[in-house]
Amino acid sequence: MIVLQALVNGLVSGTLLAVPAIGFTAMFAVLRFPNFSVSGVATLGAFAGYLAYGAGLQMAGSLVVAFAVAGTAGLLFDKVAHLPLVKQGALPAAIASIATGLVLENVVRLGFGNEPRGYDRPIARDIYLGEIRVSPQQLETMALALGLMLAVFAALAFTRIGKAMRASADNPELAALKGIRPERVAMMASFVGMGLVGVGGMLFGLDSSIDPLTGTRILLSIFAAAVLGGLGSAPGAVLGAFLIGIAEELSVLVVGSQYRAAVGFVAILVVLSLRPRGLLGERAF
Amino acid sequence: MLSYLLFIATVGGIYGLLALSLNLIWGGAGMVNLGLAGFFAVGAYASALLTTAGHAPIAVGWLAALVAGGAAGLVVTLSTTRLRADYLAIVTLGFAEVVRLLAANEIWLTRGSDGISGIPGPWKAALGPAFNAVYFLIVVAALAVVFIVVRRIDRSPYGRALRAIREDAQVAQVAGKPVLRFKTEAFTLSAAIAGLAGALYGHFTSYIAPDLFLPLITVYIFLAVASGGTGRPAGALVGAYLVMTLLESSRFFVEWIPSVTAVQRAALKELLIAVALILVLRLKPSGVLPERIPPAPQAR
Repeated sequence: MIVLQALVNGLVSGTLLAVPAIGFTAMFAVLRFPNFSVSGVATLGAFAGYLAYGAGLQMAGSLVVAFAVAGTAGLLFDKVAHLPLVKQGALPAAIASIATGLVLENVVRLGFGNEPRGYDRPIARDIYLGEIRVSPQQLETMALALGLMLAVFAALAFTRIGKAMRASADNPELAALKGIRPERVAMMASFVGMGLVGVGGMLFGLDSSIDPLTGTRILLSIFAAAVLGGLGSAPGAVLGAFLIGIAEELSVLVVGSQYRAAVGFVAILVVLSLRPRGLLGERAF
Repeated sequence: MLSYLLFIATVGGIYGLLALSLNLIWGGAGMVNLGLAGFFAVGAYASALLTTAGHAPIAVGWLAALVAGGAAGLVVTLSTTRLRADYLAIVTLGFAEVVRLLAANEIWLTRGSDGISGIPGPWKAALGPAFNAVYFLIVVAALAVVFIVVRRIDRSPYGRALRAIREDAQVAQVAGKPVLRFKTEAFTLSAAIAGLAGALYGHFTSYIAPDLFLPLITVYIFLAVASGGTGRPAGALVGAYLVMTLLESSRFFVEWIPSVTAVQRAALKELLIAVALILVLRLKPSGVLPERIPPAPQAR
């Protein structure tokens, strides 16, 4: 029974994790460098959503604010700091993104300090299915995350810009030949990718509390989900997120909660040793 | 004042060792190690545990730190198939985090967040107040040895092969260079140097704890290597002292700003370092001492 409860919890946190993991992997597919500033951007999104919710916005509206603020920050930093460096290779851009993540984290720290803050959502009684316990809040955040994911996949499959992004990720030269403007696709990837990361930060914050290190805490899980599914593959990121979410919850039963954060690292090592391109392969997106 | 300067100079020298370690793989072979703080911690803990709980001589502890750091580096490289740069970045970042988790939670071994205190310093009792000066000289000696080794590597055919790998691994492979072996060896040596730096740090301050090995140290060292000049050992050393100067002067500067809390002060300091790193990468990626490309050997 306790295992079943852990599975349910894992499914919930996997759904939340899938949102920033899609964002990270989409950015990797188009911009071709691992963007480490997801930690700072997730924190920024969480705090933007927190302020919007505190100002009286509904949950969905607050998520939109988190998306917009995080997306704008992502766009800005890609423009001024990361993308000019990609020409020298993925590494300088990746290193710069560590610094930009640190900038965002500390801007938030300057404004809000280190104390954890909660979203003050209305309290509701837990729902019991047999002996499995879920809270209505968890169901709400899960539904929001699922809705957002559906919207992203629909956009990738059916809209012009979504198709352009996929084409560009698959073969940038060919896409450019076909008249797809690479700068526009890159900007879209920065904005949407980081927007999703910001929403992810807020979703995790809704589940517990937020502080400047909120994003840093989920960073390894996001990477693990993306690498597990295959870097650059959006469906892979979703699959990876569910597996990581479940593995993290199960690990609590085995080694205790203090090593929860190590699960992502172990998963990355195992995948890289056995199947370096991830479960669904790179760039299947 | 003198003891303060000695302290800064010693810690700067230890950062210099870390910078040499990073420069060997980043400047040399085009790999990064985002888990530098983790290898630093592995060395510090290995030596501290051996010399406190194990009652081993300090020299044995330092040797063990070298070996432990190198072994950790070997494990990380061997598990990252083909050592693709972006994967290596992610794996090393995770490695440092896991090291910190282990140090904080395996209390039977590391005493958890209380840390290990009373790490012996060489001839500390006999030296008394002169200890800091002597220790500074020890660090300088270690720095000199490592510097000579990495510069020798830099200028040897081995170093040229590493740089060829940095520029284009495929071409190097076609030219018959065992790329994977070169990368693994370079990374292992680099991790061993970081481990030694950790041991030197622990025996200097006589106290280590998980919170001393935050990822921020890794960022300091990246700033040091980037500002000093990637691909040149002397640049890494200059960069380490540049960063130390920036860190210490920012402390005075930040204290001078009125009405900020301690948390805000810490945030401002981290902000400054991060912005400095971005600026260096964007505006002066070659650093203060740019890499010297030696002329191609004459055809005979």
